[in-house]
Amino acid sequence: MLPFVLNRVAQGAVILVLVSFVAFGISVAAPGNAMQTFIDPNVPPEQLRAAEARLGLDQPFYVQYVRWVGEVARGNLGYSFRTGRPVAAFVGSRIGPTFLLMGTAFAVTLVLALWLGTATAARPYSALDYGVTGAAFAGISVPSFFTAMALIYVFALRLGWFPTSGLEDYAAGHTGIALFLDRLRHLVLPVTVLVLTGAAELVRHVRSAVLEELGQDYVRTARSKGVSERAVLRRHALRNSLLPVITLVGVALPRLLAGSVITETVFAWPGMGRLLVESVFARDYPVAMAINMLAAVLVLAGSLLADVLYAAVDPRVRYS
Amino acid sequence: MTTAAAVPSVTAGPGPRAWRRFRRHRLAVTGAAVLALMALAAVLAPWLAPHDPYDLAVGPSGEIAFAAPPSLAFPLGTDSVGRDVLSRLLYGGRVSLTIGLVAALVAISVGSLLGVVAGYYGRGVDRVVSRFADAVSTFPALFLILTVSSFVAPSIVNVIVIIGFLSWMPSFRLMRAEVLKLRETDFVEAATAVGAGDVRVMSRHLVPNALGPIVVQATLGVAEAVLTESALSFLGLGVQPPIASWGNMLADARSITVLQSQPWLWLPPGVAIFLAVLSINFLGDGLRDALNPRAGR
Repeated sequence: MLPFVLNRVAQGAVILVLVSFVAFGISVAAPGNAMQTFIDPNVPPEQLRAAEARLGLDQPFYVQYVRWVGEVARGNLGYSFRTGRPVAAFVGSRIGPTFLLMGTAFAVTLVLALWLGTATAARPYSALDYGVTGAAFAGISVPSFFTAMALIYVFALRLGWFPTSGLEDYAAGHTGIALFLDRLRHLVLPVTVLVLTGAAELVRHVRSAVLEELGQDYVRTARSKGVSERAVLRRHALRNSLLPVITLVGVALPRLLAGSVITETVFAWPGMGRLLVESVFARDYPVAMAINMLAAVLVLAGSLLADVLYAAVDPRVRYS
Repeated sequence: MTTAAAVPSVTAGPGPRAWRRFRRHRLAVTGAAVLALMALAAVLAPWLAPHDPYDLAVGPSGEIAFAAPPSLAFPLGTDSVGRDVLSRLLYGGRVSLTIGLVAALVAISVGSLLGVVAGYYGRGVDRVVSRFADAVSTFPALFLILTVSSFVAPSIVNVIVIIGFLSWMPSFRLMRAEVLKLRETDFVEAATAVGAGDVRVMSRHLVPNALGPIVVQATLGVAEAVLTESALSFLGLGVQPPIASWGNMLADARSITVLQSQPWLWLPPGVAIFLAVLSINFLGDGLRDALNPRAGR
């Protein structure tokens, strides 16, 4: 097991290096540089060039890259063009809400997709199957901001059950249980939006994975031995069909992150995704690039975790 | 003795067989029909639109209506600047569908080209390009697209280029996988034995036989591109007003007042995107089943 994990970590590290190339390349391609943003435009050009030389901004690409990597490793992600504050702290303060949103959405998506996927695979071509598959197609075809708007319209504006935006009701100053419940109320609509898209994708894959397992010989043996259909599903088919699902879960993280951008913007959720949109609009490249790098690291970690989980569950993978 | 006319066309090539399989997929056929209708409406927009999508819409008694609800003169109402929503919806369809189609074509072309080259030459080239694809795929798609969109002035062409050049990875992987499979087949071996050059083998043998999955991927790519463009335009980084696109029409509803009291502004473009993408997805599903039949679904 350990050599497998080390191997995967090494591969991940290679990708991370490449990712940093891409990220740095994009930052360099961005119009303007730090000088032009922080400097008084009345500064004479010779002073500007002297300052650039002093800061190393006239060095070749690869030299700047190495220095940049050194700084990032030390936790210095630069300073925001917009606020002048250190990027690392700025972005760090927004990670929590995004994790809260994505974590909840992920858990609900997983449960929902596994449940519906197995249920429809057990009764293929039934009314339930057509209903769920139809809903799944609808789920992947609707733009998430439209779903968000429709949900806000129905449940927040018309019915008043949930708030229209935000993480919590700051004005009310809740604490303890009341705060928890308030946050929960604010979570419902954004999580629903994310779940509708995410589960729609996952449920079709779970369904085909379980269907394929149900067609295997060992299932036929179990059935002929008289094992109840429920036990066949739960104790045999479901476990083995989890393998492709684990891989899919690894792919789910980038999609969830991308989905968070729109959802956080529509619901004014103070998370990473919305910060990205704000920074991009303000041409605040240090913050935007830091968020991109962070997202890439998260995705890599997620896929590494998925691979390790897969290897833990399926011994064949470890020894290949 | 059977006559030629009585012999069923089971001996027909893969094309007609796939078409027959496709026809049986009712949802896919419906999807294709709806999509064709929407495309037709988009092409005929200048003749179908009752008003000019950029100008103030003048009503029957010469009045100009701002944010007016649907009426006979303006079947989908008017927006806050006084333009007819139906006309903007039709012209917006032209923009959104075109961007979706062209961006997907760009992505497919780039991805397939890289895939064929990487799969055929293998080893060093393959490793470098595959790792590069992995690195770019590690960033969530919308993140990179958003960031790069801020580097340039937003325009239709820029949107197409950015989406196209950041969505090539799936078709790259697909083409590469197909080429790796096809490389070992007899006819490719025969072609090289006869002295066919690399380009000839790639263009006349590998690519045409990999077309099936590529076509399916292209269809799904159009769906994704339409959704991405609408997200970009909704956020304000895609198609800029006054040019209408379904995405930026939805951006009007970013205020609570519009959301609550003027549903004719955001429901039509949202439903339009939904219908278009749904039809494309049904079509893609049908194509997938028609071109790669599996025993039992």
